[in-house]
Amino acid sequence: MTIHASGKIAQPLNVIVATDCGSTTTKAILIEKVGNEYRQTYRGEAPTTVEAPFEDVTRGVLNAIAEIEELSGRKILDGDKIITPCRDAKTGVDIYISTSSAGGGLQMMVTGVVQNMTGESAQRAALGAGAIVIDVLASNDGRLPHEKIERIRTMRPDMILMSGGTDGGAVTHVVEMAEYISAAEPRPRFGATYKLPLIYAGNKDAQPQVKKILGEKAALVLTDNIRPVLERENLTPARDKIHDLFLEHVMQQAPGYKKLIEMAGAPIMPTPAAVGVIMETIAKREHLNLIGVDIGGATTDVFSVFDGLFNRTVSANLGMSYSISNVLAEAGLANIMRWVPFTLDEQTLRNRIKNKMVRPTTIPQTLDELQIEHAIAREALRLALIHHKSLATALKGIQQERTISDVFEQQQSGKTLINMLKLDLIVGSGGILSHAPRRVQSMLMMVDAYEPLGVTRLSVDSIFMMPHLGVLSTINEQAATDVFVRDCMVYLGTCVAPIGQGKEGERCADYAITFPDGRVDKGQLSFGDLRLVPLASDQKASITIQPAKQVNLGAGAGVSVTREVQGGVVGLLLDGRGRPLQLPTEHDARVAMLTKWFSAVGLYPGSDV
Amino acid sequence: MAHSYTPGLTVTEQTTVRRRRMLSLPGTVLVAVGETVRANQAVARAELPGKVYPLNLANQLGVAPDEINEYLIKKAGDPVQKDEILAENKPLIKWFKTEVLSPVTGVVESVSTITGQVLLREPPRVLELLGYVDGLIVEVIPHQGVVVETDCSLVQGIFGIGGETWGEIVIAVTAPDEVLSPRHFTDAMKGKVVVGGSFISSDGLARAKEVGVAGLVIGGIHDKDLRALLGYDLGVAITGTERVGFTLILTEGFGTIPMADKTFTLLSAHAGQLASISGATQIRAGVIRPEIIIPKRITAAHGSATMPQREGIRIGDQVRIIRDPLFGKIGEVASLPSDLQKIPTESEVRVMEVRFADGSRVMIPRTNIELIEGA
Repeated sequence: MTIHASGKIAQPLNVIVATDCGSTTTKAILIEKVGNEYRQTYRGEAPTTVEAPFEDVTRGVLNAIAEIEELSGRKILDGDKIITPCRDAKTGVDIYISTSSAGGGLQMMVTGVVQNMTGESAQRAALGAGAIVIDVLASNDGRLPHEKIERIRTMRPDMILMSGGTDGGAVTHVVEMAEYISAAEPRPRFGATYKLPLIYAGNKDAQPQVKKILGEKAALVLTDNIRPVLERENLTPARDKIHDLFLEHVMQQAPGYKKLIEMAGAPIMPTPAAVGVIMETIAKREHLNLIGVDIGGATTDVFSVFDGLFNRTVSANLGMSYSISNVLAEAGLANIMRWVPFTLDEQTLRNRIKNKMVRPTTIPQTLDELQIEHAIAREALRLALIHHKSLATALKGIQQERTISDVFEQQQSGKTLINMLKLDLIVGSGGILSHAPRRVQSMLMMVDAYEPLGVTRLSVDSIFMMPHLGVLSTINEQAATDVFVRDCMVYLGTCVAPIGQGKEGERCADYAITFPDGRVDKGQLSFGDLRLVPLASDQKASITIQPAKQVNLGAGAGVSVTREVQGGVVGLLLDGRGRPLQLPTEHDARVAMLTKWFSAVGLYPGSDV
Repeated sequence: MAHSYTPGLTVTEQTTVRRRRMLSLPGTVLVAVGETVRANQAVARAELPGKVYPLNLANQLGVAPDEINEYLIKKAGDPVQKDEILAENKPLIKWFKTEVLSPVTGVVESVSTITGQVLLREPPRVLELLGYVDGLIVEVIPHQGVVVETDCSLVQGIFGIGGETWGEIVIAVTAPDEVLSPRHFTDAMKGKVVVGGSFISSDGLARAKEVGVAGLVIGGIHDKDLRALLGYDLGVAITGTERVGFTLILTEGFGTIPMADKTFTLLSAHAGQLASISGATQIRAGVIRPEIIIPKRITAAHGSATMPQREGIRIGDQVRIIRDPLFGKIGEVASLPSDLQKIPTESEVRVMEVRFADGSRVMIPRTNIELIEGA
């Protein structure tokens, strides 16, 4: 296999097998060139085998590929080897590629001088590279020096990223932090014998001192300052170094990864980095503002692209299996219960959540259990977005130019970049969204959690293959694009949600939908209404909404709006429940309201419209 | 499709386990290969470097960082006592004299002329690593630790809290479905590993603590009682460092769930014997389940320490259902249909047919069963 420096493969690729080694399962997909286009044809999965008794990630990979072999009739494995390239129409694949988040992903500690300036920039650099940030240390983080040292000593990260200071500025604080790290003698999580990788991306004038202090104690790599001047972030060099060190050091230590790297025809990518590539590509190609979410068993990743600016956060302890109990702890019982459309006592719910935590691979077998998991997912999604909003911000601490017209609009620097009114598309991925038995369930989970404002399109990853396509796009863009458009992205439809609140039954807005065949559907949306209008994936309609005088659709209170809306497998969702969304606090009224909404959109069996 | 199954918990009368005992930092190994060790015997020792106290001398003396060497009384590497003078200035008028005293006893680790900081380190603390199980040393990892091997009976639990401990096994109930109540506890159970049945309430847990049991092995508890016991809501299942007075091991899960017959029978057969137990659970990268190890007599001859690797699930295997509505029920695999089947949630999943002792049969998603492993 020849890979050019650009990462592109020289020979034609007709059959590709890709895996994602997740914390729970390893998912494999087969992509084949059918005629002139690439299609995803078969998938298989098997438990991830990073842990004892196997302690070899490739075992799970081979098992997942063995499932594809069974289903497709193609011979891919020769013992423990993947046959590459294709020998004939039914033997071998042209390349094997993989992403990985197994073994807890890439866990990093970052340091800065000022917490909400260089500290946050370092955090954004690490998150963008697909890491989980386990702590942010800064000179002004309020901890005493010995507390910082103790923290570095006990956390055992996979890697440390140091930042701080602008180029040419004072060196004292960043050198002080290097002294603390040196005193702590940090040790990596895996492997007792190798040196901890440490990237220095701070004031370039401090490089000689940092080298002197840490050169012997860590595998030190120097790179460009992530904040060369206060007004500008330069995250790419640090992110690239994180990727390199992830492959060179961290992955070499995890069980079986040496073999996995040898098996793969392209560098292994951290799963979130691969999903990030896909999200950024969609946003750029279609000139969209988007929010993407990947809700997994242990973590929830949120990606956003607003006005071309990409951000990613990971909520390390919000997930649907390993971390499910933490969703309960963070959201609180009442917030979960508000989405459950029946009566359930606290003890039963608590025990059920804990039982899922200790047996994370189980699936809901009854409708009640499914509804409980969907309730928890709404809260996990909601909390992860709150977290994302707090970090996806404009640069803090910089001077803003003000004109006289700004005098009355006192805005702090560093406000969130997430503007729900400017949001064009929400993309959902991860087991609970991709594998929901009805697509409308995924759509309503995201609408309830994110409360989109105005007109917003929604989609899901069909069977969870965005990580695979992210890594594929680095070697063959056409294959990744073909499969993404045809097999991966499922457009659910569009949500229209007026902003404002009113009494149930009161007029919220009047609407007129003009369908492609010229038919016009006119109606009134009242507060408390949730209405689903069928509109197929390949159809567009025009909707004119005249909101009530206190209600806003983005153009101002009471101002009429006309928009073109795209259909989807679910359709057009008219959401008159008000923004912010409020549920009745009284139990019976809340259950009645949920039941009404759920049956209005045919959410579950027995509630069909 | 044989690959999709959940590896179960091991409950076995006879196996050989190896436990890797590693220091958290390099130290000295105290035993040699071939030696027999006891659970409470130290097998390795290390010195944990003392806490570090940074002190900004330049600020305190009001001098430039690169000048501090001139004012130091103690140099890098020197031992220092608490309140001993570390540095002092030399003013013309002695009223203006400033002395900087050491806040701790230890050594001067380093002096920085860039930041003006002095790092002081407290004396090291000695850490002893115990054997944990009665067994034989089969490997020594120089400066790091040992591998102890033991022929034993082994029971893995599903979830636990609290660290390693050991004690004599006492069976407190007469049947696996009996609730372990406060009245079952006697003062004679102090320092022992008490085995209960299906459930223990918060009153029972309080009584166990009062008696001073070393460990508790039980079918299930309520989550709210766990929360009360810990004092917080457990977010992720990474445990082993809790200090609640005893080590707690759940064999089945949360709620009232009779202990599996096989587990109860095995533990009952070993009543009066010494068991090493650990509540440490990690249900995340690197699954660790709590365990009860009952060592047999130590012999030099030892078998293979690895569990036979299973290739998949087979008809006739004993399984436990691990999700509602039949949570906790035990049966055996009757058939393994290969086609996907629609379940009440409308998901299409791989299923298996499970036959219960009364002859009834039910279809269960394969991911919702767990093999009961071990001969």
